[in-house]
Amino acid sequence: MLIRPKEGILDPQGKAVEGALPALGFEGIGHVRVGRMVELEAEDPERLAELCEKLLANPLIEDFEIERIDGDG
Amino acid sequence: MRWGVLQFPGSCDERDALHACGLAGEAQLIWHEERDLDGVDAIVVPGGFSYGDYLRAGAIARFSPAMEAVAEFAAGGGPVLGICNGFQVLCEAGLLPGALLRNDGLRFICRQTDLIAAGAESPFLAGIEEGERISIPVKHGEGRYYAPPAMLEELEANRRVAFRYAPGQNPNGSVNDIAGVVNEAGNVLGLMPHPEHAVDPLTGSTDGLRLFSAASSALANA
Repeated sequence: MLIRPKEGILDPQGKAVEGALPALGFEGIGHVRVGRMVELEAEDPERLAELCEKLLANPLIEDFEIERIDGDG
Repeated sequence: MRWGVLQFPGSCDERDALHACGLAGEAQLIWHEERDLDGVDAIVVPGGFSYGDYLRAGAIARFSPAMEAVAEFAAGGGPVLGICNGFQVLCEAGLLPGALLRNDGLRFICRQTDLIAAGAESPFLAGIEEGERISIPVKHGEGRYYAPPAMLEELEANRRVAFRYAPGQNPNGSVNDIAGVVNEAGNVLGLMPHPEHAVDPLTGSTDGLRLFSAASSALANA
């Protein structure tokens, strides 16, 4: 699951990262947003969206995407 | 009047909350695994870093047995005060609207702050007039109150903002300078500043005690 701050919500963490980039010689990078990724193994992937809505993300402030990787990992 | 103060792994303000409640009645701790609130008359969800604030502040604590009991208690009209991390827990639990985000300056902030009462009605706010200024400390890293525009409009229209940071003192970028809000019925109040740290002249202000005393009086007269 990829969870990130909703568009339009100030992300000070992203701003801080963005502000540090020029000093490191990285030019031309903007709109940095810091989210988080949750990896898990699920027997019933159908319920993962519900899991995101109820716990892993706060739908008021965060968007989430689910990427499914099938197999035994 | 008996107060119950929740205690999660990672709580750190429950002792001060217990002391503040003790000045306005009797007070006891309630461990997060308790499903039984032991018949207390009011609940404080204290500050700290419940469950290490893992995932998001308050996100895990809301699923504790004690919080299930608190949700039922609140639905029945019982007074619930959430302070700092307690406010975050109540928002995550859906007992209060909105969310608390990382401070806009990224820093953890610890300082005395003036708040202006914004006119919400609640047992914790009885006797505090709209526009009145009180001085209590803030100490948090994730206190930027946020509500989506439609929710915010509804909160303002229905006078559910309890306190705003005084002009020029918004420490964290909270929308509309909001420091605390109440639920629709007014029995649940959450705020980022710490009234339990302002109950003794030794620490500079006793304004915080007014919230605890107000609830005690309101219940005694009910």
